Amino acid sequence: MIEYVEDKDIIARRIARFFKSGDVVNLGIGLPTLVGNYVPADVTVILQSENGLLGLGPAPAPGLADKDLTNAGAQPVTILPGGCFFDSATSFGIIRGGHVDYTVLGVLEVDQHGNLANYKIPGKMVPGMGGAMDLVAGSRIVIAATTHFEKSGAAKLKHRCSLPLTAAGEVDMVVTDVGFFILMGGQFRLMEYFPPYTPEWIMEKTDADIVVASDCFCCKE
Amino acid sequence: MIEKPVIGTAEAAAMVKSGAVVHVGGFLGCGSPDKVLAALVAAGTKNLTLVCNDTAVINAKTGVANGVAPLIQNHQFSRAIVSHIGTNAETQRQMNAGEMIVDLVPQGTLAERIRAAGNGLGGILTPTGVGTEVEEGKTKLTVNDKVYLLEEPLPGDVALIKARKADRAGNLVYSKTARNFNPLMATACTLVIAEVEEIVEIGDIDPDQVHTPSIFVDYLVKG
Repeated sequence: MIEYVEDKDIIARRIARFFKSGDVVNLGIGLPTLVGNYVPADVTVILQSENGLLGLGPAPAPGLADKDLTNAGAQPVTILPGGCFFDSATSFGIIRGGHVDYTVLGVLEVDQHGNLANYKIPGKMVPGMGGAMDLVAGSRIVIAATTHFEKSGAAKLKHRCSLPLTAAGEVDMVVTDVGFFILMGGQFRLMEYFPPYTPEWIMEKTDADIVVASDCFCCKE
Repeated sequence: MIEKPVIGTAEAAAMVKSGAVVHVGGFLGCGSPDKVLAALVAAGTKNLTLVCNDTAVINAKTGVANGVAPLIQNHQFSRAIVSHIGTNAETQRQMNAGEMIVDLVPQGTLAERIRAAGNGLGGILTPTGVGTEVEEGKTKLTVNDKVYLLEEPLPGDVALIKARKADRAGNLVYSKTARNFNPLMATACTLVIAEVEEIVEIGDIDPDQVHTPSIFVDYLVKG
């Protein structure tokens, strides 16, 4: 009997291992922000923030916040040496122009066709898309980062999204706290599973088409 | 070089007439012209259309409102054209109650529509929003086998922007991420009022370091 325990850190840790030095990465608000904590020490990624900076640094020391230096979530941040600032048109030129290697976004629903819904629950929660639609449409590789299940117990991985889409067919990979999937041929392809979960358990608990890759393995890191 | 008038905040607010389309710089309040916005709250001008990245932040715990949020609370906008309203519960309430129309626009599309308005373009083609609700009612064009949406320019009557520094000619320099939409809005509105922290003499800003050329700016306000 396998019992599911939500684990956001395992998602962030796995995603951080995709990056290589020099990659330009945009991390969304919430769970995706955690990814920044796990980038290996020997890898230097360039973090982009859509409000207008490249070379995002850590939070400032207490008392050193600058009112003119925030991230896209309005939190005070710092900029690393060699970083730079730009206006919103340039920022989205970077994003839409394919100059961002990875964007990592949160999920309300993601489906096997690579559709993502993460900005609106009609009649309930309408925060707006912000920069998410541009990030998903423009980034080279789109990673959806999410706990595998909703509070209700249903998997967030679907046959077909029912909520309004953020973008159609743009998601490349999904990393949850049970495994890592790539989107291919209208299916979720399970590449890695995280113990104690097994491919059989994941397929049983997920109402979507999943195939297990021939080289799928148990990832213990 | 011609000097630009330096006016007070109340005088600036009085230039915003009822019914105007007002572009306001800032990203969740960072880089908004707070002094001019406070004067506009005091003036109480209604029936405005807001063009801004977002409707700023009302802190759920403290109730502190920044950027354009006090104008929202004061019911001064009948319409808001923005990319994000998730940090202002009052915007959501007014939208749900039918007190204010909210048009949600993807952030990059918003930036380009403003840029198009200020740059003499009839619109822009973007892949953002294809296959989503955003495409509804819009012309789709296929260029080199890729589908784009035609997004129209978004001009304004008045731009209320914020810069770190101006010279008396109106050349502007922004600070860090407080730049955001400000330089785009400076190009896109009939009347441009720049609130700045410091006004220096003509010649004191290196021409190579100017972010917004003086010709876009009509009035300066010392913030």
